[in-house]
Amino acid sequence: MNTIDTFLNEHEHKNLLRFITCGSVDDGKSTLIGRLLYDSKLIYEDQLSSLQDASAKNGTTGAGEIDYALLLDGLKAEREQGITIDVAYRYFATPQRKFIIADTPGHEQYTRNMATGASTANLAVILIDARYGVVTQTRRHAFIASLLGIGHLLVAVNKMDIGGYQEETFLQIRQAFQDFARKLDIPDIRYVPISALKGTNVVTRTPQATPWYEGPSLLEILETVDVSSDLNQRDLRFPVQVVLRPHLNFRGFAGSVVSGTVAPGDRIRVLPSNVTSTVARVVTAEGDLPEAFAPQAVTVELADEVDISSGDMIVHENNRPQVKDRFEAVVIWMSETPLKAGDRYLVRHAGRFVKARIDAVLYAVDVNTMEQRQAESLGLNGIGRVVVETTQPLYLDAYAANRATGSLILVDPLSNVTAGAAMVTDDVFVDTDAPRVVGDAAALLRDHVDRREFHWETGLVSAKDRLLRNRHVGKTVLVTGARAQAVQRFGKELELRLFKLNLNSYYLGYASLARGLASDVRDIRSEHDAQVQRLGELARILTDAGMIFITAIPEADAFTVERLKVLNAPNELLVVSLERDARRPVPAEAALDEAAEIAQNVDVVLALLADHRVIPEYCI
Amino acid sequence: MKTLSQLKQLEAESIHIFRDAVSQAQNPVLLYSIGKDSSVLVRLAQKAFYPGRLPFSVLHIDSTWKFREMIAFRDRFCAEQGLDLIVHANEEGRAKGVNPFDYGSRAYTDIMKTQALLHALKTGKFDLAFGGARRDEEKSRAKERVFSFRDRHQQWDPKNQRPELWNLYNARVNPGESVRVFPLSNWTETDIWQYIRVENIPIVPLYFAAPRPVVARDGQWIMVDDDRMRLEPGERPQERWVRFRTLGCYPLTGAVESRAATIEDIVAETMQVRVSERSTRVIDHDSDSSMEQKKREGYF
Repeated sequence: MNTIDTFLNEHEHKNLLRFITCGSVDDGKSTLIGRLLYDSKLIYEDQLSSLQDASAKNGTTGAGEIDYALLLDGLKAEREQGITIDVAYRYFATPQRKFIIADTPGHEQYTRNMATGASTANLAVILIDARYGVVTQTRRHAFIASLLGIGHLLVAVNKMDIGGYQEETFLQIRQAFQDFARKLDIPDIRYVPISALKGTNVVTRTPQATPWYEGPSLLEILETVDVSSDLNQRDLRFPVQVVLRPHLNFRGFAGSVVSGTVAPGDRIRVLPSNVTSTVARVVTAEGDLPEAFAPQAVTVELADEVDISSGDMIVHENNRPQVKDRFEAVVIWMSETPLKAGDRYLVRHAGRFVKARIDAVLYAVDVNTMEQRQAESLGLNGIGRVVVETTQPLYLDAYAANRATGSLILVDPLSNVTAGAAMVTDDVFVDTDAPRVVGDAAALLRDHVDRREFHWETGLVSAKDRLLRNRHVGKTVLVTGARAQAVQRFGKELELRLFKLNLNSYYLGYASLARGLASDVRDIRSEHDAQVQRLGELARILTDAGMIFITAIPEADAFTVERLKVLNAPNELLVVSLERDARRPVPAEAALDEAAEIAQNVDVVLALLADHRVIPEYCI
Repeated sequence: MKTLSQLKQLEAESIHIFRDAVSQAQNPVLLYSIGKDSSVLVRLAQKAFYPGRLPFSVLHIDSTWKFREMIAFRDRFCAEQGLDLIVHANEEGRAKGVNPFDYGSRAYTDIMKTQALLHALKTGKFDLAFGGARRDEEKSRAKERVFSFRDRHQQWDPKNQRPELWNLYNARVNPGESVRVFPLSNWTETDIWQYIRVENIPIVPLYFAAPRPVVARDGQWIMVDDDRMRLEPGERPQERWVRFRTLGCYPLTGAVESRAATIEDIVAETMQVRVSERSTRVIDHDSDSSMEQKKREGYF
């Protein structure tokens, strides 16, 4: 009984290594994992017996040999196709350590799966077939591993048995990999010659086969590699998940210490409020802790009554993350719908969802050659650098400095599917404070409107609520024409008629604007543009408020009308033109005869408004 | 350098998952199966919200054929722990007398477990349900996400699961859709036993060996738990020292012969016997890919 007691207690206190295995279908990856599991005695007898049935049907190894690969492929479709198409997690333990393997496929289309597996891994095992050496796929795997911040690489040169365990082969492959890996930022790379099939240098060293190899076996490396320094233990980041308030005398902030440490007495700062306080207690169900460190899940009580909600972040008073609503990141795209500039997503970062918009795609990276190329969009499995803009600032660190606060996912706001993963980088291409470079005036304005709409803060009253009360929706009507007097008079008549119909209407003359809202514009060259801009913004606001807003600009040119239309987005502008002859100065929805009765012309516009479902039919 | 032991890391991860899910869900619930994994799940949930109470109910799907000791344990455990227990059974099935003998294990499981579960989730309008499944239990579960998406019909589509990176879980759903959350995903059988041991977590006595009335059937010992048990011609209950590696509906759950009376005995036996625990569940043997099939249909 004592032995079991010891076994269980040892099991409990082992440390944990999470690693991924990457290799192509034929590299013998599944065989290697099968052997690790088998030799660590975790393959139970009945799994073996069902394996023998399946081997007869699909097995690719010779008669009498167990196909270790079949242990792993869980799902029916995959068993039929013979390739692994998703990340599978496996567990085994040795007396030294417990292991979680993320078994990721090497198939070309499945970059996203490897990124998924790599995101939680400390180490990557990269399998190379000794017969083919470093191939495109090897480079891809190493690149993705480095991208996801894996600090330890174990390059296993497999199938050494086929060539008779030639040292030369191993050295050549090692050299080739080293030459390539110089470009990657991976501090710790080890090499081991193995045969997964024969078990050479997998669990124990096999000097009989490779007398020239003096290093440890693959499993020995896995058991001893030191990953304790991988976690950021310097910068306290504590995203609050839940506020616990079981009774009046307790108000605790529950969350995980994702990096750094926290202890009673620490001076802290709460983001976004910037309020400072002192940690009173670090509470757990087992009692208070003198200190908590990553990845412990605890509840923090503060000395002062501070208003904190789920999604806020507690940090040390003088160690702040970057607080940004515009930043650069490297994205791995995982959706069939390509990622483009202007697209809207939800960002999930450090426990909260925030609305986001892709400001720009800076470039794409070829996963095989690591070369950058210009790109408008990123397709499925695409990798590239983008500028992300969010409606609220995020509390960020660069991914290289902090995996927890430097990572985020992008979620499609309609389907809710996780569409991509991103790692925050230092800003290189974008000076966030500098004015942005945009091609021409129209694009600049559209971009302005896009950002304005993105950041638009809506109240609790919806457009539909307003419609139900007002019986009509908001609209901006621009009246133009050759004669200023006729244009103004018509605008006022339209306002009056709508008002008498119990509809909310408001007329603003262009002159009132120039002396009011736009009176600060002094520069004669930009005066008109600035006035139009203010009018456009005002129209947007009043339309949103449910008003039928009428304004009159005599002799408005096509450029002015276009600007007002863009500024009024997402609402549409109704342009009415009073004409004297057949000449049409602007594209207008209604070209009215200036000489006709005003009441008659107003009727035409009312019909048009009813047509556009702005006002109810019965008004006309 | 400060590091956590692997069991403490698993515990921290599970607590993180509980809190994250609660911060995202409108109306979460915990699926309570009475088994040892459920007991662990409840303990972790309690730790996650300590010193508060669980911010959700626990839901038990009663197939009406559970071991009597399970039901007794459930009621005692939930009362002691102060849990808000909801028990749901397929009343239509109960009225029709649906049982594993006449309907076969497949149809019975579908009607009394899968359908009952789907109905309970739908009527309770739960958008998120915690479950105690582990990835090391069975092959098709090795690829299961921690946050597993279920469509409007509560079905699991292995091709339509969301990528899951870091610990940035995505529980967003549209109306009618839901998410199953598995905080024990990364725990192994040994982890569960050791945790029960060090935390002193109560579990159903059926896990420990005792003399029980059983019949041999298809290479397994089936316990005659009450007089509804249908005996085949020639079958005679005999008393044997047995215990159960997993708990479910008694006519479908095989016992193993054992004298293991403590957790240490059980672990020792497990290490020697090496029969994967789910092999004692009859339903898994229906066809080669049976668990995957059941998951697609909505079974946990």
